[in-house]
Amino acid sequence: MSAVITPRTDSPEAPAASPETSAWSRWANEHRKWLFAAPAMAFVAVLIIFPVAWTGYLSLTDAEGSVRAESEFIGFQNYLDVLTDTDRFWPAVWRTVLFTSVVLFFEVVLGMAIALLLWRPFRGEKWVRVAILLPLVATPVAVGMMWRLIFDPNIGMANQLLGWIGIGPQPWLAGQHSALPTTMFIDIWQWTPMVVLILLAGLTALSDEPQEAARIDGASSWQRFRHVTLPLLMPTVIVAILLRGIDALKTFDILYATKGRGGGSFHEVETLNVYAYGLSFDYNDYGVSSTVLIIFFLIIIGVMWALTYRKKGLGR
Amino acid sequence: MKPSKPYRVFRTSALVVVVFALMAPLLWMIAASFKTNVDIYDTAKAFVFSPSLKNYETVLQQANYLQFIGNSLWVAFAATALSLLLGVPAAYSMSRFNMKKSALVVLMARVIPGVSLLVPWYYVFSNLKLVGGFTVLILSHMFVSLPLIVYIMMGYFDGLPIELEEAALVDGLTHIGAFRRITLPLSVPGVATAGILSFIFSWNNFMFALVLSGSDTKTLPVAIFDFVGYASIDWGGLMAAATVVTLPIMLIALFVQKYVVSGLTAGATKG
Repeated sequence: MSAVITPRTDSPEAPAASPETSAWSRWANEHRKWLFAAPAMAFVAVLIIFPVAWTGYLSLTDAEGSVRAESEFIGFQNYLDVLTDTDRFWPAVWRTVLFTSVVLFFEVVLGMAIALLLWRPFRGEKWVRVAILLPLVATPVAVGMMWRLIFDPNIGMANQLLGWIGIGPQPWLAGQHSALPTTMFIDIWQWTPMVVLILLAGLTALSDEPQEAARIDGASSWQRFRHVTLPLLMPTVIVAILLRGIDALKTFDILYATKGRGGGSFHEVETLNVYAYGLSFDYNDYGVSSTVLIIFFLIIIGVMWALTYRKKGLGR
Repeated sequence: MKPSKPYRVFRTSALVVVVFALMAPLLWMIAASFKTNVDIYDTAKAFVFSPSLKNYETVLQQANYLQFIGNSLWVAFAATALSLLLGVPAAYSMSRFNMKKSALVVLMARVIPGVSLLVPWYYVFSNLKLVGGFTVLILSHMFVSLPLIVYIMMGYFDGLPIELEEAALVDGLTHIGAFRRITLPLSVPGVATAGILSFIFSWNNFMFALVLSGSDTKTLPVAIFDFVGYASIDWGGLMAAATVVTLPIMLIALFVQKYVVSGLTAGATKG
């Protein structure tokens, strides 16, 4: 019986016989901090640093046509041209700001309302959660196409519904002034669920005690929300605004799927991102597009800085 | 305390409206994908029509969608696998050694507008004769996946007690051994969350493939545009194409709901 029990030196767990104590292994263990982190960082850095530096350089040149074509250094001429361009650039800035603030407002307000409805357990919760999840994971381009059919002025369901309640047909995406609000609606449809999920996670993590205390003190449900729940939830609200805000500023898929190149024939949904894409890939106007992108980038950094200004370490 | 009856009535009706508003458009899209173009134009047949599989025939046979499904699957799988390979150890290191600034480098990728990277990428990759191939698509989709994975996994590793690894070290394992044998197996749910979300985002990604894919490597979101002609739109085909793109990803999300939700809300509650 005792013959069976031998020290298992062949086991991989035993360090003495393990190849893991080789010189390489000792080195790897000592430097694991960077050995683990460096490949991912290098990957992102290579794919970011060169492009951003090159975009910065291109913005100072008159590059256009082919990406390989010779270009001339023209200093800040592009910046002057772009910043005085009230034809395409400033309207695009305005649309970006409008789009982002409107969708953020509705997504946060509606998201908060829906999250509060879902906060306490109820029957059929599972089904509501399914409904919340589906728009979120649906492919944005397909979502754009889906709404394109629903909002079609002639055959779309939206106008049929309006007809039943006695309202005349609307141009929706086809109208010069209604296109942008319609795309905002689509964005709100797809991304309000995201805010719901984030706020619901925040609500669930809240402790019940402050709520109970306020209830005992005789606070109405609105007062409890306004003075207890909302302040406690504020950090989560800011996370939601930050995450959605960055993506809303960069919205592309829905705008391109519904209105195509240039944001429609009157550029009616042309945001900065769509404008920069068009300058790069429809007009090959690389110098100007790089300038727009650098300005756009600075705007995004500025907005993020403003939002995180009061809270340290909010990125995570 | 149980909510009052009027509130419960209000909540139920409000939730019915919410569910209807979110589901009806998707159901409408699926319904339209079973209609002929004649029926789509006929408002009398909005709800009652004889379903036809013709659009799916067009999409899957004539429009070569089987190939595009394959492309999308391959790009999303490869990008997710490679991103996990790079991202999970990085997130571990960044979480355990509190490398906030290094993490910021990776998370920058979430903030930068994709368009600003596309022109330089296009230039470099076309010089390397890679544009139109899978390599460049997978690399660009990894650029979306990697920050997502690092972000989710950092939060996950933050929540794993370090004592387990320390115990493993006492038992004679090396640091890397402890990571491989103890931490990694424990973080399977986190890896699943990160992987599923990365797959979904890669599958849905549009702009990178729009510029960098070729006619043979087109992914599904780009292929949808084939149904939008200059003069007219094949609505039935378009809705079938949209359904083919969306339905698989929605079904996956339904089956692994828990992971998708925890991934999407990762980091939200920590403020």
